[in-house]
This record gives sequence, C-alpha cells and structure tokens, in this order.
Amino acid sequence: MRVVTAVIAIAFGVLVLLGYFLPQALFPNAASLQAVLLDWAVILAGAAALIGVFNLLTVHTDKIRRREKDGIYSAILVIGLIAALLSGIFLKPQHTLMQSVLLEGIIIPVEASLMGLLAITLLYAAVRLLRRRADVMGVAFIITAALIFLGSITLPFGDLPLFGTLVRPWISQVWALGGARGILIGVGLGALLTGLRVLFGIDRPYGGK
Amino acid sequence: MIPLTVLLLAGFLLGVITLWKRRNPGALRQIAAFTRLARAVGLSIEDGKRLHISLGHGGLFDGRGGSALAGLALLRNIAERTSVSDMPSVATAGDPTLGLLTQDTLQAGYHAAGVEDAYVHTMGRVTGLTPFSYVAGTMSIPQNENVSTNILLGHFGPEAGLLAEASERANTALIGATEDLAGQSVLFISAQEPLVGEELFAAGAYLNADPAHAASLTVQDLFRWLIILGLLAGSAAKFMGVF
Repeated sequence: MRVVTAVIAIAFGVLVLLGYFLPQALFPNAASLQAVLLDWAVILAGAAALIGVFNLLTVHTDKIRRREKDGIYSAILVIGLIAALLSGIFLKPQHTLMQSVLLEGIIIPVEASLMGLLAITLLYAAVRLLRRRADVMGVAFIITAALIFLGSITLPFGDLPLFGTLVRPWISQVWALGGARGILIGVGLGALLTGLRVLFGIDRPYGGK
Repeated sequence: MIPLTVLLLAGFLLGVITLWKRRNPGALRQIAAFTRLARAVGLSIEDGKRLHISLGHGGLFDGRGGSALAGLALLRNIAERTSVSDMPSVATAGDPTLGLLTQDTLQAGYHAAGVEDAYVHTMGRVTGLTPFSYVAGTMSIPQNENVSTNILLGHFGPEAGLLAEASERANTALIGATEDLAGQSVLFISAQEPLVGEELFAAGAYLNADPAHAASLTVQDLFRWLIILGLLAGSAAKFMGVF
C-alpha cells in the first residue's frame, strides 16, 4: 500500500511541477492538468479544515472527560466552537451579529491583546538574552536592536541627530538587508532540496500504513 | 529555462551524492541545538517525559511548505524513536492539511517501530487555524502535559515568542527553527538553542534519518558556493564596467 501511495504522490507531484516548466505551445494540456490537480488539492484542503476542527473538538472533549487540569478552558472552547458553528450555519458568516459579536467583539480584540502581550514578552526575552547567552552574537543583537530603536524613536525634543538619518538606515539597509538576503538564499536552497526529497520519495509525509 | 536547469541539476546532484554518502557518510559540523535535540530524544524515554513537536502554521500550498515538510521529516524520525516511551511525543500544527500529515507521519513512525497499536490519533493535533489561535491553543501543552522539551520546527512568525514564554514558564527546554525572518529573530532571543536560516532543513541529517538528508546539505553547500561565485563575478564585472 505504501508503494502505491508513494507512486501516486510522486506522479502527481511531477505532473504539477511540469505544468510550471513545459512550454504551453508544445504541451497545451500541461498547464490545464496542473490547474485541475491544484483545484483538487484546494478541495481536499477544505475537507482537511473540517477534519482539523473535528480533531480540535476530540482533543478538548477528551480533556473534559478525563477531568484534566485547566479542563474549564477546554469546555469554554468546545462551547464557543459549537456556538460559532451553529451561528455560522443558521445566520451565515456575513450576518451583522456574526460580524459585530464574533469577529469584532471577540476574535479581533483577543488577537490584538495577544499581540500586545507579545510586545511585552519580546522585551522581557531581550533583557533575559544576555543572562542566558552572553556571547558575541547576543551582545551584537542587543546593540543592534538598541541602535535601531534609537533611530526610530520619537522624543519630545525631536529626533536624535544622526541616528535616524545615518545609523538606522546604514544598519537596516546594508547589514540587516545583506544578512537577510543571505539567510533567504539558504532557506530557498533548503526548501528546494526538501521538496526534491519528497518528490523522489525519500521523505514521505504521506506515510500511510 | 534557468529554474528548470537548477531543478534538474539539484536533482541529479542529490541522486549522485546520496549514492556517494551511502558509502562515505562523512562528518557534520557540531550544532549545539541538534546535539541537545538528540540528547532530548533519548532522555525523554528515560525520564518518562514527552517531547512536544510544534510544526507551525505553514500551509503546503505556498512558499512556507518547505519548512513544514522539514518539520514532518523530523517528526517521522522522532515518532519512531519515542513510540515505545510511556509518554509518547505530541505534535501540533496550525494548518489543517499539515495537521492531517502530522497524524499520518506519526502513525507511519509508530508503524515503522512495530507498535502501531500504541498510536492514538490525538497525539497529532490541530490547535488553531490562525497564527495567534494556534499559539494560544499550543501554549498550555508545555505546562499541562509533562513535556521535557519543546521543538518548534516549521513556519512561525513573531508569535513564536509567546510559545517560548510558555515553555520558559513550564521550565522546559526549547529548540526553535523557522524560515521566517521575524520568527528567527524572536526565536534567537527566546530559545535556549536557536537555529538560524537553513539549519532548519538540516534536522534530518543530524538525526541520522537517511544519507539523502546529508546529501541535501552537500548539494546546498555546492549551490551556495555557486551563488557566491556568481555574486563575486557579477560585482567584479560591474566594477570593471562590463555591464
């Protein structure tokens, strides 16, 4: 069974890949076949979303049933999930109540508060960095971050001379941009080789039995 | 034409170097995070604690799929090695398709270890469908599920800082890698052992998954040298006024 799964996955992977490279004039069906396969993938992704929600529900109902620690949060999640699902089915997602209560009243404020919490968390983590890893890279990171802050900050008496006009652009546009491009080239190569391993059937995330 | 040439060359080199690596495995440079990861896998079985592998919220239909696939390759290896533990590993994903593959990969790992009956489908979880809901759903796992080490390997943005904080509060180790630049800088300051850039894709090679993983690193190095030479040649040509 695993061989069949691998053959199907590799064959479809190659077909989709060829759709990008084969000239349409010579192979007119390649691009349309690729589009059809990608459409199937999108439909499967939609079905996967339902399975994902069911998985979430199973995990949390299990927690409630076993009376695990913090099970109350699982109960709130399950109730919220069912309420949102039923509201969506009966009212439709565009309904004013769905938009104002669920989206603007709960989801957006909660995510915004997590974003605010993240800012504090990152500041605290940066302070802890030197205690945890007082090496050259750690010190360089903190100094760079401090210089960028000083170049971006708005003070009551005006901007700091040179920081906003010279130091910050020099660090962000020369050093940081160069480093980021280097990292992205490495990441791109890594992703390319990982994809090829999947295409060759060496890595099989579609494991099966 | 150039992308196709690069692809074919990469494929050819991967095949040839994999065959070569089967005979001459060679040695890899020490990376502290992977040394710690290998130790954490062994210790988790002895300590009766579990590993939590967080695969991020990268979908498979965009550019973030590479990191998701790298995370799955690592998960496959860890699942096989920790399947006999009293406290089996837990894996979380923030994308439904990735969640499905997480479960399938865990099951394949258990099957390979010959303990497929021990597999429970709730070991692979989808904990949220947006970056912050995923993090919010995952933050309780280090605290409540007897976790010794959190492994973040996949697509994470700055929200990884919240996971790192949850890990710190639960007094668990954190090994983190992502392909996202903002996520990398957050993990650099938050994780005990951060991995930078393409080190994310080296996990399989360091956990002795397959010679092809080590071969991938060699091919990446070859291409990197080609790019460096190309950049230097371009700079020299520009300097001399060729173009």
